[in-house]
Amino acid sequence: MKRVGEVQSSNYLLAKFQHLVDWVVNSSRANSLWPMPFGTACCAIEFMATAASRYDFARFGMERQAFSPRQADVLICAGRLPFKLAPVIRRIYDQMPQPKWVISMGACASTGGVFDNYAMVQGIDTIVPVDVYVPGCPPRPEGLLYGILLLHKKIKGESLFDAVRRRDEQPLDEKGLRLPPETIDEISEPFGNSVHQFRSS
Amino acid sequence: MTSLPPIPGALRSVVARDGDTIVYVAREHLLDAMTWLKTTPGQDFNYLVDVTAVEYRDRERPLEVVYFLRSLERRADLRIKVELNPADELVVDSVYHLWHGADWLEREVFDMFGITFRGHPDLRRILMWETYAEGYPLRKSFPLRGRFSRAEQVRQALNANPEAHYSMEELSIAEAGGDLPDDMRDRLRRGERGVIPEPPNP
Repeated sequence: MKRVGEVQSSNYLLAKFQHLVDWVVNSSRANSLWPMPFGTACCAIEFMATAASRYDFARFGMERQAFSPRQADVLICAGRLPFKLAPVIRRIYDQMPQPKWVISMGACASTGGVFDNYAMVQGIDTIVPVDVYVPGCPPRPEGLLYGILLLHKKIKGESLFDAVRRRDEQPLDEKGLRLPPETIDEISEPFGNSVHQFRSS
Repeated sequence: MTSLPPIPGALRSVVARDGDTIVYVAREHLLDAMTWLKTTPGQDFNYLVDVTAVEYRDRERPLEVVYFLRSLERRADLRIKVELNPADELVVDSVYHLWHGADWLEREVFDMFGITFRGHPDLRRILMWETYAEGYPLRKSFPLRGRFSRAEQVRQALNANPEAHYSMEELSIAEAGGDLPDDMRDRLRRGERGVIPEPPNP
Protein backbone atom coordinates (compact mmCIF):
# COMPACT_ATOMS: atom_id res chain seq x y z
CA MET A 1 0.00 0.00 0.00
CA LYS A 2 1.32 3.35 -1.01
CA ARG A 3 1.73 6.00 1.53
CA VAL A 4 0.43 9.48 1.19
CA GLY A 5 2.91 11.67 -0.67
CA GLU A 6 4.44 8.82 -2.59
CA VAL A 7 4.73 9.22 -6.34
CA GLN A 8 1.38 8.46 -7.95
CA SER A 9 0.94 6.10 -10.84
CA SER A 10 2.15 7.52 -14.11
CA ASN A 11 -1.26 6.86 -15.71
CA TYR A 12 -2.91 9.01 -13.09
CA LEU A 13 -0.52 11.87 -13.72
CA LEU A 14 -0.95 11.53 -17.48
CA ALA A 15 -4.71 11.63 -17.13
CA LYS A 16 -4.50 14.73 -14.96
CA PHE A 17 -2.18 16.33 -17.50
CA GLN A 18 -4.49 15.47 -20.39
CA HIS A 19 -7.43 16.84 -18.46
CA LEU A 20 -5.58 20.09 -17.85
CA VAL A 21 -4.56 20.42 -21.51
CA ASP A 22 -8.11 19.67 -22.65
CA TRP A 23 -9.51 22.22 -20.26
CA VAL A 24 -7.15 24.95 -21.46
CA VAL A 25 -7.59 24.20 -25.15
CA ASN A 26 -11.35 23.67 -25.05
CA SER A 27 -11.95 26.78 -22.96
CA SER A 28 -9.94 28.80 -25.42
CA ARG A 29 -11.80 27.37 -28.37
CA ALA A 30 -15.28 27.59 -26.91
CA ASN A 31 -14.91 31.12 -25.65
CA SER A 32 -13.44 32.61 -28.78
CA LEU A 33 -15.52 31.12 -31.59
CA TRP A 34 -15.32 33.00 -34.84
CA PRO A 35 -18.58 32.54 -36.68
CA MET A 36 -18.90 32.46 -40.44
CA PRO A 37 -22.44 33.65 -41.17
CA PHE A 38 -24.06 32.04 -44.19
CA GLY A 39 -27.38 33.88 -44.28
CA THR A 40 -29.74 33.06 -47.11
CA ALA A 41 -33.19 34.00 -45.80
CA CYS A 42 -35.21 35.46 -42.94
CA CYS A 43 -33.15 33.57 -40.34
CA ALA A 44 -30.29 35.89 -41.27
CA ILE A 45 -32.38 38.81 -39.96
CA GLU A 46 -32.66 37.10 -36.58
CA PHE A 47 -28.96 36.29 -36.81
CA MET A 48 -28.23 39.99 -37.27
CA ALA A 49 -30.45 40.78 -34.31
CA THR A 50 -28.44 38.27 -32.28
CA ALA A 51 -25.22 39.97 -33.32
CA ALA A 52 -26.53 43.46 -32.60
CA SER A 53 -26.41 45.32 -29.33
CA ARG A 54 -29.48 44.02 -27.52
CA TYR A 55 -28.54 40.31 -27.63
CA ASP A 56 -24.89 40.74 -28.59
CA PHE A 57 -23.31 37.32 -29.01
CA ALA A 58 -19.94 38.99 -28.60
CA ARG A 59 -20.61 38.35 -24.92
CA PHE A 60 -19.94 34.69 -25.68
CA GLY A 61 -16.65 35.29 -27.43
CA MET A 62 -18.03 35.71 -30.93
CA GLU A 63 -16.87 39.27 -31.21
CA ARG A 64 -15.23 38.82 -34.55
CA GLN A 65 -17.41 37.59 -37.39
CA ALA A 66 -15.29 36.01 -40.07
CA PHE A 67 -16.51 36.73 -43.54
CA SER A 68 -13.79 34.49 -44.88
CA PRO A 69 -14.25 30.77 -44.22
CA ARG A 70 -10.48 30.41 -43.91
CA GLN A 71 -10.55 32.37 -40.65
CA ALA A 72 -13.66 30.88 -39.11
CA ASP A 73 -14.47 28.18 -36.56
CA VAL A 74 -18.21 27.81 -36.77
CA LEU A 75 -20.38 27.98 -39.86
CA ILE A 76 -23.86 29.28 -39.09
CA CYS A 77 -26.23 28.44 -41.93
CA ALA A 78 -29.17 30.79 -41.41
CA GLY A 79 -31.91 30.15 -43.90
CA ARG A 80 -33.05 27.81 -46.62
CA LEU A 81 -30.49 26.29 -48.92
CA PRO A 82 -31.38 25.69 -52.56
CA PHE A 83 -29.59 22.97 -54.49
CA LYS A 84 -27.80 25.64 -56.47
CA LEU A 85 -26.03 26.73 -53.26
CA ALA A 86 -25.16 23.19 -52.16
CA PRO A 87 -21.71 23.12 -53.83
CA VAL A 88 -21.06 26.62 -52.47
CA ILE A 89 -21.66 25.75 -48.82
CA ARG A 90 -19.77 22.50 -49.32
CA ARG A 91 -16.75 24.43 -50.57
CA ILE A 92 -17.05 26.98 -47.77
CA TYR A 93 -17.08 24.13 -45.27
CA ASP A 94 -14.07 22.51 -46.92
CA GLN A 95 -12.19 25.80 -46.79
CA MET A 96 -12.62 26.18 -43.04
CA PRO A 97 -9.62 24.97 -41.03
CA GLN A 98 -10.02 22.29 -38.38
CA PRO A 99 -11.39 22.32 -35.77
CA LYS A 100 -14.70 23.48 -37.19
CA TRP A 101 -18.33 23.26 -36.21
CA VAL A 102 -21.64 23.90 -37.96
CA ILE A 103 -24.84 25.38 -36.56
CA SER A 104 -27.96 24.79 -38.63
CA MET A 105 -30.26 27.68 -37.80
CA GLY A 106 -33.97 27.36 -38.39
CA ALA A 107 -36.39 24.82 -39.79
CA CYS A 108 -35.38 25.21 -43.44
CA ALA A 109 -31.66 24.72 -42.88
CA SER A 110 -32.33 21.75 -40.60
CA THR A 111 -35.01 19.87 -42.57
CA GLY A 112 -36.05 21.88 -45.62
CA GLY A 113 -39.00 23.24 -43.66
CA VAL A 114 -42.09 23.97 -45.73
CA PHE A 115 -40.01 23.90 -48.91
CA ASP A 116 -40.39 20.21 -49.70
CA ASN A 117 -39.90 20.80 -53.42
CA TYR A 118 -37.58 20.30 -56.34
CA ALA A 119 -35.29 23.24 -55.63
CA MET A 120 -34.47 22.92 -51.95
CA VAL A 121 -31.96 20.89 -49.98
CA GLN A 122 -33.86 18.87 -47.37
CA GLY A 123 -31.57 19.69 -44.46
CA ILE A 124 -28.00 20.90 -44.80
CA ASP A 125 -26.84 17.76 -43.01
CA THR A 126 -27.10 16.10 -46.41
CA ILE A 127 -24.31 18.46 -47.54
CA VAL A 128 -22.16 19.18 -44.47
CA PRO A 129 -22.06 17.57 -41.01
CA VAL A 130 -24.01 19.59 -38.45
CA ASP A 131 -23.27 19.95 -34.73
CA VAL A 132 -26.22 21.95 -33.41
CA TYR A 133 -29.71 22.31 -34.87
CA VAL A 134 -31.66 25.38 -33.77
CA PRO A 135 -35.40 24.94 -34.30
CA GLY A 136 -37.75 27.79 -35.10
CA CYS A 137 -39.13 29.62 -38.08
CA PRO A 138 -37.13 31.74 -37.63
CA PRO A 139 -35.62 31.10 -34.17
CA ARG A 140 -35.61 34.04 -31.82
CA PRO A 141 -32.19 35.40 -30.84
CA GLU A 142 -32.54 33.60 -27.50
CA GLY A 143 -32.86 30.37 -29.44
CA LEU A 144 -29.68 30.98 -31.38
CA LEU A 145 -27.86 31.98 -28.20
CA TYR A 146 -29.02 28.74 -26.58
CA GLY A 147 -27.69 26.85 -29.59
CA ILE A 148 -24.37 28.62 -29.27
CA LEU A 149 -24.21 27.73 -25.58
CA LEU A 150 -24.97 24.10 -26.47
CA LEU A 151 -22.10 24.23 -28.92
CA HIS A 152 -19.87 25.59 -26.12
CA LYS A 153 -20.89 22.62 -24.01
CA LYS A 154 -20.11 20.24 -26.84
CA ILE A 155 -16.71 21.79 -27.47
CA LYS A 156 -15.82 21.65 -23.78
CA GLY A 157 -16.59 17.94 -23.80
CA GLU A 158 -14.15 17.16 -26.57
CA SER A 159 -10.72 15.74 -25.90
CA LEU A 160 -7.52 16.16 -27.84
CA PHE A 161 -6.47 12.69 -26.69
CA ASP A 162 -9.64 10.93 -27.69
CA ALA A 163 -9.10 7.88 -29.83
CA VAL A 164 -11.78 9.15 -32.18
CA ARG A 165 -10.05 12.27 -33.45
CA ARG A 166 -11.84 15.02 -35.25
CA ARG A 167 -11.42 14.28 -38.91
CA ASP A 168 -12.77 15.47 -42.19
CA GLU A 169 -16.02 13.70 -42.76
CA GLN A 170 -15.96 12.49 -46.32
CA PRO A 171 -18.88 10.98 -48.17
CA LEU A 172 -18.86 7.20 -48.19
CA ASP A 173 -19.72 6.90 -51.87
CA GLU A 174 -20.92 8.98 -54.77
CA LYS A 175 -24.39 9.20 -53.23
CA GLY A 176 -22.99 11.69 -50.73
CA LEU A 177 -23.96 9.82 -47.55
CA ARG A 178 -21.63 9.91 -44.58
CA LEU A 179 -23.20 6.99 -42.77
CA PRO A 180 -24.39 3.64 -44.11
CA PRO A 181 -28.00 3.90 -45.37
CA GLU A 182 -29.30 1.40 -42.79
CA THR A 183 -27.89 3.52 -39.96
CA ILE A 184 -29.45 6.65 -41.38
CA ASP A 185 -32.88 5.07 -41.74
CA GLU A 186 -32.62 3.69 -38.24
CA ILE A 187 -31.93 7.03 -36.58
CA SER A 188 -34.15 9.19 -38.77
CA GLU A 189 -37.77 9.25 -39.80
CA PRO A 190 -39.49 9.90 -43.12
CA PHE A 191 -39.30 13.60 -43.69
CA GLY A 192 -41.17 16.30 -45.48
CA ASN A 193 -44.78 15.63 -46.39
CA SER A 194 -43.89 12.30 -47.90
CA VAL A 195 -44.07 8.89 -46.30
CA HIS A 196 -41.91 7.34 -49.00
CA GLN A 197 -38.96 9.71 -48.74
CA PHE A 198 -36.21 8.55 -46.44
CA ARG A 199 -33.04 10.41 -45.64
CA SER A 200 -30.95 7.72 -47.26
CA SER A 201 -32.93 7.37 -50.50
CA MET B 1 -57.47 50.45 -76.95
CA THR B 2 -59.38 52.21 -79.68
CA SER B 3 -57.40 51.56 -82.83
CA LEU B 4 -56.48 48.02 -83.73
CA PRO B 5 -53.07 47.14 -85.12
CA PRO B 6 -53.13 47.28 -88.91
CA ILE B 7 -51.67 43.83 -89.23
CA PRO B 8 -54.11 41.42 -90.83
CA GLY B 9 -54.66 38.28 -88.83
CA ALA B 10 -52.67 39.41 -85.83
CA LEU B 11 -55.52 40.11 -83.46
CA ARG B 12 -57.35 37.16 -81.99
CA SER B 13 -59.54 38.77 -79.37
CA VAL B 14 -59.67 41.63 -76.90
CA VAL B 15 -60.82 41.23 -73.34
CA ALA B 16 -61.39 44.14 -70.97
CA ARG B 17 -61.53 42.94 -67.40
CA ASP B 18 -61.03 44.68 -64.06
CA GLY B 19 -59.72 47.79 -65.76
CA ASP B 20 -57.09 45.89 -67.73
CA THR B 21 -57.05 45.33 -71.44
CA ILE B 22 -55.91 41.91 -72.55
CA VAL B 23 -55.15 41.38 -76.22
CA TYR B 24 -54.68 37.92 -77.64
CA VAL B 25 -52.24 37.97 -80.53
CA ALA B 26 -51.50 35.25 -83.05
CA ARG B 27 -48.10 33.70 -82.51
CA GLU B 28 -46.79 34.30 -86.04
CA HIS B 29 -47.66 38.01 -85.86
CA LEU B 30 -46.35 38.71 -82.36
CA LEU B 31 -43.22 40.55 -83.43
CA ASP B 32 -45.10 42.74 -85.94
CA ALA B 33 -47.75 43.62 -83.38
CA MET B 34 -45.16 44.40 -80.70
CA THR B 35 -43.16 46.56 -83.09
CA TRP B 36 -46.33 48.42 -84.00
CA LEU B 37 -47.23 48.91 -80.34
CA LYS B 38 -43.81 50.25 -79.49
CA THR B 39 -43.15 52.53 -82.45
CA THR B 40 -46.54 53.92 -83.46
CA PRO B 41 -47.22 57.44 -82.18
CA GLY B 42 -50.25 57.31 -79.95
CA GLN B 43 -49.34 53.83 -78.73
CA ASP B 44 -45.75 54.32 -77.44
CA PHE B 45 -45.58 51.26 -75.25
CA ASN B 46 -41.93 51.88 -74.51
CA TYR B 47 -41.59 49.86 -71.30
CA LEU B 48 -41.79 46.08 -70.97
CA VAL B 49 -42.83 45.46 -67.38
CA ASP B 50 -42.72 41.68 -67.34
CA VAL B 51 -42.81 38.54 -69.41
CA THR B 52 -44.26 35.41 -67.89
CA ALA B 53 -46.23 32.34 -68.87
CA VAL B 54 -49.25 30.44 -67.60
CA GLU B 55 -50.16 26.80 -67.84
CA TYR B 56 -53.72 26.16 -66.71
CA ARG B 57 -54.98 23.21 -64.77
CA ASP B 58 -57.46 22.43 -67.57
CA ARG B 59 -55.59 20.35 -70.08
CA GLU B 60 -57.60 21.62 -73.05
CA ARG B 61 -56.51 25.19 -72.43
CA PRO B 62 -53.35 26.29 -74.21
CA LEU B 63 -50.21 27.68 -72.58
CA GLU B 64 -50.07 31.44 -72.59
CA VAL B 65 -47.05 33.70 -72.80
CA VAL B 66 -47.99 37.00 -71.20
CA TYR B 67 -46.36 40.36 -71.89
CA PHE B 68 -47.06 43.34 -69.63
CA LEU B 69 -46.51 46.58 -71.52
CA ARG B 70 -46.63 50.14 -70.23
CA SER B 71 -46.43 53.47 -71.90
CA LEU B 72 -44.57 55.73 -69.52
CA GLU B 73 -45.77 58.95 -71.12
CA ARG B 74 -49.40 57.96 -71.59
CA ARG B 75 -49.50 56.08 -68.28
CA ALA B 76 -51.35 53.28 -69.97
CA ASP B 77 -51.02 49.55 -69.43
CA LEU B 78 -51.62 46.76 -71.89
CA ARG B 79 -51.41 43.02 -71.54
CA ILE B 80 -50.54 40.92 -74.58
CA LYS B 81 -51.08 37.18 -74.58
CA VAL B 82 -49.87 34.58 -77.05
CA GLU B 83 -51.46 31.16 -76.91
CA LEU B 84 -49.30 28.10 -77.52
CA ASN B 85 -50.62 24.61 -78.03
CA PRO B 86 -48.61 22.30 -75.75
CA ALA B 87 -48.84 19.55 -78.37
CA ASP B 88 -46.92 21.71 -80.84
CA GLU B 89 -43.45 23.13 -80.55
CA LEU B 90 -43.31 25.74 -77.81
CA VAL B 91 -41.66 28.49 -79.83
CA VAL B 92 -42.36 32.18 -79.87
CA ASP B 93 -40.42 35.13 -81.28
CA SER B 94 -38.15 36.97 -78.89
CA VAL B 95 -38.89 40.64 -78.24
CA TYR B 96 -35.34 41.24 -77.05
CA HIS B 97 -34.59 43.52 -80.00
CA LEU B 98 -37.52 45.77 -79.09
CA TRP B 99 -37.00 45.84 -75.32
CA HIS B 100 -33.59 44.67 -74.10
CA GLY B 101 -35.13 44.14 -70.69
CA ALA B 102 -36.71 41.01 -72.12
CA ASP B 103 -33.34 39.27 -71.95
CA TRP B 104 -33.57 37.77 -68.46
CA LEU B 105 -37.38 37.68 -68.42
CA GLU B 106 -37.43 35.39 -71.44
CA ARG B 107 -34.63 33.32 -70.00
CA GLU B 108 -36.72 32.79 -66.88
CA VAL B 109 -39.75 31.71 -68.91
CA PHE B 110 -37.53 29.34 -70.84
CA ASP B 111 -36.07 27.96 -67.63
CA MET B 112 -39.40 27.40 -65.92
CA PHE B 113 -41.67 26.47 -68.85
CA GLY B 114 -39.36 25.31 -71.64
CA ILE B 115 -40.69 27.85 -74.11
CA THR B 116 -38.08 28.71 -76.71
CA PHE B 117 -37.70 32.34 -77.76
CA ARG B 118 -36.57 32.51 -81.36
CA GLY B 119 -33.92 35.19 -81.86
CA HIS B 120 -32.92 35.50 -78.21
CA PRO B 121 -29.17 36.20 -78.05
CA ASP B 122 -28.36 34.09 -74.99
CA LEU B 123 -31.15 31.66 -74.20
CA ARG B 124 -30.05 29.45 -71.31
CA ARG B 125 -31.32 28.65 -67.85
CA ILE B 126 -31.20 31.48 -65.35
CA LEU B 127 -32.66 30.21 -62.04
CA MET B 128 -31.75 26.54 -62.17
CA TRP B 129 -28.18 25.65 -62.98
CA GLU B 130 -27.41 25.09 -66.61
CA THR B 131 -26.81 21.38 -66.37
CA TYR B 132 -30.18 20.86 -64.64
CA ALA B 133 -31.56 17.75 -66.30
CA GLU B 134 -34.96 17.22 -64.69
CA GLY B 135 -37.11 19.36 -66.96
CA TYR B 136 -39.09 22.54 -66.57
CA PRO B 137 -40.33 23.00 -63.00
CA LEU B 138 -43.44 25.15 -63.53
CA ARG B 139 -45.03 22.83 -66.09
CA LYS B 140 -48.02 20.93 -64.77
CA SER B 141 -46.40 17.63 -65.75
CA PHE B 142 -43.45 18.32 -63.44
CA PRO B 143 -43.66 16.56 -60.04
CA LEU B 144 -43.34 18.94 -57.12
CA ARG B 145 -40.26 17.24 -55.68
CA GLY B 146 -38.52 16.81 -59.00
CA ARG B 147 -37.98 13.70 -61.08
CA PHE B 148 -34.88 12.32 -59.39
CA SER B 149 -34.51 10.97 -55.88
CA ARG B 150 -33.23 13.32 -53.21
CA ALA B 151 -29.86 11.57 -53.09
CA GLU B 152 -29.47 11.88 -56.85
CA GLN B 153 -30.41 15.57 -56.66
CA VAL B 154 -27.82 16.12 -53.92
CA ARG B 155 -25.21 14.24 -55.93
CA GLN B 156 -25.83 16.27 -59.05
CA ALA B 157 -25.93 19.53 -57.10
CA LEU B 158 -22.63 18.76 -55.39
CA ASN B 159 -21.04 17.84 -58.71
CA ALA B 160 -22.06 21.16 -60.24
CA ASN B 161 -19.32 23.73 -60.49
CA PRO B 162 -20.58 27.14 -59.33
CA GLU B 163 -18.03 29.04 -61.40
CA ALA B 164 -18.87 27.17 -64.58
CA HIS B 165 -22.09 29.12 -64.96
CA TYR B 166 -20.44 32.34 -66.02
CA SER B 167 -19.44 33.26 -69.52
CA MET B 168 -16.12 34.93 -70.27
CA GLU B 169 -17.97 38.21 -70.85
CA GLU B 170 -19.56 38.07 -67.42
CA LEU B 171 -16.22 37.25 -65.83
CA SER B 172 -14.54 40.11 -67.61
CA ILE B 173 -17.21 42.49 -66.34
CA ALA B 174 -16.50 41.35 -62.79
CA GLU B 175 -12.76 41.34 -63.52
CA ALA B 176 -12.73 37.85 -62.08
CA GLY B 177 -11.22 36.07 -65.07
CA GLY B 178 -7.69 36.45 -63.73
CA ASP B 179 -8.58 34.72 -60.46
CA LEU B 180 -9.69 31.49 -62.09
CA PRO B 181 -7.40 28.52 -62.52
CA ASP B 182 -5.99 28.07 -66.00
CA ASP B 183 -7.91 24.93 -66.86
CA MET B 184 -11.22 26.59 -65.98
CA ARG B 185 -10.34 29.65 -68.08
CA ASP B 186 -9.53 27.42 -71.03
CA ARG B 187 -12.74 25.50 -70.58
CA LEU B 188 -14.84 28.67 -70.44
CA ARG B 189 -13.07 30.11 -73.47
CA ARG B 190 -14.03 27.02 -75.43
CA GLY B 191 -17.61 27.59 -74.33
CA GLU B 192 -17.86 24.54 -72.09
CA ARG B 193 -20.04 25.12 -69.08
CA GLY B 194 -19.73 22.00 -67.02
CA VAL B 195 -20.72 18.41 -67.50
CA ILE B 196 -24.31 17.23 -67.60
CA PRO B 197 -24.43 14.43 -65.04
CA GLU B 198 -25.58 11.00 -66.06
CA PRO B 199 -29.06 10.03 -64.85
CA PRO B 200 -29.08 7.17 -62.35
CA ASN B 201 -29.37 3.61 -63.54
CA PRO B 202 -32.91 2.33 -62.98
